[in-house]
Amino acid sequence: MIKRLATTREAMLLAAIVVLIALISTRFGDFATPRNLANVFNDTAPLILLAIGQMIVILTKCIDLSVAATLALTGMVVAMLNTAAPGVPVAVILLIAVALGAALGAVNGFFVWKLSIPPIVVTLGTMTIFRGIIFLISDGAWVNAHEMSAAFKGFPRHVILGLPMLGWIAILAVVLFHVVTTRTPLGRAFFAVGGNPHASVYTGIDVGRTQFWAYVISGALAGLTGYLWVARYAVAYVDIAGGFELDVVAACVIGGVSIAGGSGSVIGALLGALFLGVIKNALPVINISPFWQLAISGSAIIIAIALNARASRVKGRVILKRAEHAA
Amino acid sequence: MKRRTFTTLTTGLTLAACLMGTSAMAQDKTRIALVVKALGIGFFEAANKGAQEAATELGDVEIIYTGPTDTTAEGQIEVINSLIAQQVDAIAISANDRDAVAPALKKAMDRGITVISWDSGVAPEGRQMHLNPSSNPLIGNMIIKLAADNLPDGGDVAVLSASATATNQNTWIEEMNKVLPNYPGINVVATVYGDDLADKSYREAQGLMQSYPDLKAIIAPTSVGIVAAAQAVEDAGKVGQINVTGLGLPSEMAGAVESGASKSFAIWNPIDLGYSATMIAYHLAKGDATAEPGAAIPMGRMGSVTLDDNNEGAMADPFVYDASNIEAFKSIF
Repeated sequence: MIKRLATTREAMLLAAIVVLIALISTRFGDFATPRNLANVFNDTAPLILLAIGQMIVILTKCIDLSVAATLALTGMVVAMLNTAAPGVPVAVILLIAVALGAALGAVNGFFVWKLSIPPIVVTLGTMTIFRGIIFLISDGAWVNAHEMSAAFKGFPRHVILGLPMLGWIAILAVVLFHVVTTRTPLGRAFFAVGGNPHASVYTGIDVGRTQFWAYVISGALAGLTGYLWVARYAVAYVDIAGGFELDVVAACVIGGVSIAGGSGSVIGALLGALFLGVIKNALPVINISPFWQLAISGSAIIIAIALNARASRVKGRVILKRAEHAA
Repeated sequence: MKRRTFTTLTTGLTLAACLMGTSAMAQDKTRIALVVKALGIGFFEAANKGAQEAATELGDVEIIYTGPTDTTAEGQIEVINSLIAQQVDAIAISANDRDAVAPALKKAMDRGITVISWDSGVAPEGRQMHLNPSSNPLIGNMIIKLAADNLPDGGDVAVLSASATATNQNTWIEEMNKVLPNYPGINVVATVYGDDLADKSYREAQGLMQSYPDLKAIIAPTSVGIVAAAQAVEDAGKVGQINVTGLGLPSEMAGAVESGASKSFAIWNPIDLGYSATMIAYHLAKGDATAEPGAAIPMGRMGSVTLDDNNEGAMADPFVYDASNIEAFKSIF
């Protein structure tokens, strides 16, 4: 049992993260202090939230390239709302952000479900459309720190037990979606649809509808992150989180989520995001030329994926052997 | 045949009447058209304010503030053609496209209209001179001066730039390093790159604060970086300990100045720019200055501008914004 646990992808990734932190500590001693690690986790929270949503979408054999654009659009809408009506309480803002994000996700889901357009094409299109809409509603102007209310900016910064609200929300989401994916019919359906779409039809699962809900969840999480992002950096403009969708997909892949669908876990996505988060936070303090930074991030991703691919291949063989014996 | 002669005659008469009319008007006042990228942009409205100030000071000037409703070269060409028809004395333009508007402006110059560009330039064949808001050496000096002014005893400062390959940023930082010996006690300990992304800039600023506990100032000559750095300093509770400065827009930096994370920052002043452009256009149109390499053209209270080999000149140091004037400027641009 212990041996099996120790060789799981998640355990290996966790070990890799620990080794990484230890390596960074040799160059920058204060990196491994609890306070700094809490900072790193907090900084990675948006990536964790988006990676969970993306993981669920990838489970169903789809992909969501519009997450960063959904984040940016929702962020701009709530920022403009806050400017126009500073009295609206944060709880309402959160609700609006989640609802708007879910609605944008539903647009993706609708095209994939009802019109059977390939997911990569749909989300590539909506990605551009959402960014275009931000431009339309904002006229290209920024919403700046002094235009946002103190409560609006303060919510993700509110510290409870040493960790800001932003970090706590990521923890809540991890717990919630871990339960959803492992303990609910919908969660099992995500795996079934991605693992074997034809078989899942025979078991009575509507493939399209399941993919639709995956997009709604991804959109809702992106919407929530949109508010948190804008409030944290205290600025909203067209290009916020530009290119972030690639980080999100990378976090999933590092976390062992199979791009072919049907395999992955919330914990994997969490660890994948943390792995990237540690690298992103370490690079500025370990004094490496900016020209090397991109190459180092990229190499780390490829190494992680290569290790994962090896691990999953061995695992697959074992299952097949067992099946043969049984027969 | 007869009819045609008659038509020609009447056209000629009308034209003559028009000409007499305009020349009579022109004798009263020098008409200077301030052509902007688009109407309704705070920055250009402020430039117009400066132009009006220059007009009041000069007395015999009428400002025609105009431009298209959206930032297109086509729109500006239409505006230029109508200004040629109105026979204005001078056109001062901030161009939407450096080449597309050049033929129309050349036509204007052929009709004896003085043409200068300011802010956003026009290709040399389409204007007599171009007024830059500032110059690379002036900007490089200003950003280090802003940091040094608040550090009488010296200290460590770091630069947060956009991307490592951004030409303008690199030029400014290079110019800054050239004048560094003039500011004894100021050490530039690091240059980091935020790629003009809010999240990366924020992280880089956090990294700077961790790597250099004695850091006294962060210089960010980029509008995304300066805002992100100010936010990072505020979140780290280091307001008062670390001063964030550099180049930014008043509307975007108002919050940072209010919180104290940024004591001062700089960017060109649109009012001064409109004022100077009007002054230059006036002197060129009146013929008491010529636009040629090496020439110095007076700009009223802004001193004078000296033209380089491309007939370009720099107006002044970037204008410094701080708690005393941020309120007035944050609604402008």
